[in-house]
Amino acid sequence: MTAQSLVVATAPLDLAGSGQPLKDRAFRWMLFAALTVGVVTLAVLIAYVTIKGWPRLNSTLWTNMPSIRRPERAGAQSAITGTLWVISFTAIFALPTGILAALYLEEFARPNSRFQRLVEINIQNLAAVPSIVYGILGLAVFARALALGQSVITAALTLSLLILPIIIISTREALRAVPRNIRDGSLALGATEWQTASRQTLPAAIPGIATGVILSLSRAVGEAAPLLLLGAVTFITFNPTGPLSGYTTLPIQIFNWTKDSREEFQILASATIVLLLVLLLVMNFVAIWIRNRTQKRW
Amino acid sequence: MSRPQIAVSAAGGLGSLQQTRSRVGEKLIRAVLVAAAAVSILTTFGIVISVVVPTIEFFSEVSVTDFLFGTVWTPLFADGQFGVLPLVTGTLVITAIAVVVALPLGLGAAVYLSEYASDRSRRVLKPTLELLAGIPTVVFGFFALEFVTQMLLVRIFPDIDIFNALSAGLVMGVMIIPTIASLSEDAMAAVPSGLRDGSYALGSTKRQTAMKVVIPAALSGIVAAFVLGISRAIGETMIVTIAAGLEPNLSLNPLQGMQTMTSYIAAAGSGDLSTGSIEYKSIFAVGFLLFVMTFLMNMVSIRLVRRYRQAYQ
Repeated sequence: MTAQSLVVATAPLDLAGSGQPLKDRAFRWMLFAALTVGVVTLAVLIAYVTIKGWPRLNSTLWTNMPSIRRPERAGAQSAITGTLWVISFTAIFALPTGILAALYLEEFARPNSRFQRLVEINIQNLAAVPSIVYGILGLAVFARALALGQSVITAALTLSLLILPIIIISTREALRAVPRNIRDGSLALGATEWQTASRQTLPAAIPGIATGVILSLSRAVGEAAPLLLLGAVTFITFNPTGPLSGYTTLPIQIFNWTKDSREEFQILASATIVLLLVLLLVMNFVAIWIRNRTQKRW
Repeated sequence: MSRPQIAVSAAGGLGSLQQTRSRVGEKLIRAVLVAAAAVSILTTFGIVISVVVPTIEFFSEVSVTDFLFGTVWTPLFADGQFGVLPLVTGTLVITAIAVVVALPLGLGAAVYLSEYASDRSRRVLKPTLELLAGIPTVVFGFFALEFVTQMLLVRIFPDIDIFNALSAGLVMGVMIIPTIASLSEDAMAAVPSGLRDGSYALGSTKRQTAMKVVIPAALSGIVAAFVLGISRAIGETMIVTIAAGLEPNLSLNPLQGMQTMTSYIAAAGSGDLSTGSIEYKSIFAVGFLLFVMTFLMNMVSIRLVRRYRQAYQ
């Protein structure tokens, strides 16, 4: 056994000794078990909400409005349209800001300048600030100080600040993957820094950026905590009519139904969770599909 | 149009290919880019100012010692008391449960992925585990209350509260497994294979190499992952709001309901409080405490990650 593994020592893995096979095998199984706990929980969660929500997984879920008195006929239409409104505006605010900031940090800033380092460490920290703290910021600044109230726009501004660090970090990674000599070639032909960035580097990095952007928007789609402070909890039975309109979103609607202990509402919450998970899954698949399809080998 | 001048002097270093003469348009664009990057700094300032100003006003009405060491939290009563300890212990009890679940499982998963899994199985297992990180926390909260409490825990502990710290902590632990596993695995992947080969050459098994060489060598990165995971747990809101109840409770009994700092902010903030009231300001005082706690942990984590990057790259 030992001799054999020495003979086929081409792969570094085969160098391992086999001193105490039983202990080692037990160790390996323990590690594998640790890995499966998370995966099994995920499977149980998905199975549970699907089975529980099954009776309500039909078109009334998106054609009907929420209702307190008639849970058997309530739907989540206002939450679906609300989510679409909020996410669209979040994208409008966060994408340009995030991509431009990343362009600056990666392409224009002097490496290791004080400003660059400050922004960098700041972004890393912001990425780990609890989402409810962004809710506090949104409540104090957007809802009250700027008097935007409990509106789609307040929610979108808050969520865009929340996902900005993620967009910046993933965009920088995508830009970094573009080889140096593409930039050098462009600059050597007389292009300015901005021409190089906008016509060479950025287009080459777009698939990577798109993947990061979709994943960060999917984070915003599922976010509920900051919106609790921004008025989404009120009972909303209408679709948003504009950026200053009141709103509710899918996670908030799930939260409201979870609070009501009647069984019909628990079923409704499960069905809405399935809807939300399907939406997120589709976004994730699109992101992965873009990444795999357009993966360029430099 | 004049030909752009190109500096070709070798002494120019990295930027030597860039034009020496800048144009007005370029400067304008640069300013726009700087402004975009500055938004992140403004966000931090915004958070600090919007939290600190009401907190200072709060402390003009409630003394700092009453706040930090008081044991009764009844902000909505007519004669409200603002001792934050029940919220802090609630947060810590639930975080501790989450940590007990997530540290061994996250680290175990990381060691398996980094040291044992073949490239092919890693390509399947890692994204599957990371799917967990993409599940909205409100969904985890629903799962904790409806499934973990009402289908599992009530059978094991018949006298458990419907809203309890245990189910919130357990589910939160599962939620942070991917955070810990993913960052720890990055740290272990950064350990040079020469160290492993050296260990094998001395006759160690894979387990011995993993336990005595790879984990110690990646320790700062692993600790960074732990710290970030704990910070996530402290700041998590929806799971505790849904599953742990909204009663401030100075207790260490995980079978009881507890309110955390985050779930207080969520509960009080979703009500319609007038801007000047003490209850409104108390949201910010608790938010300030939460921000400071998570900020310190994030900084420790960022520092530690830098350290192992410097050591091996």
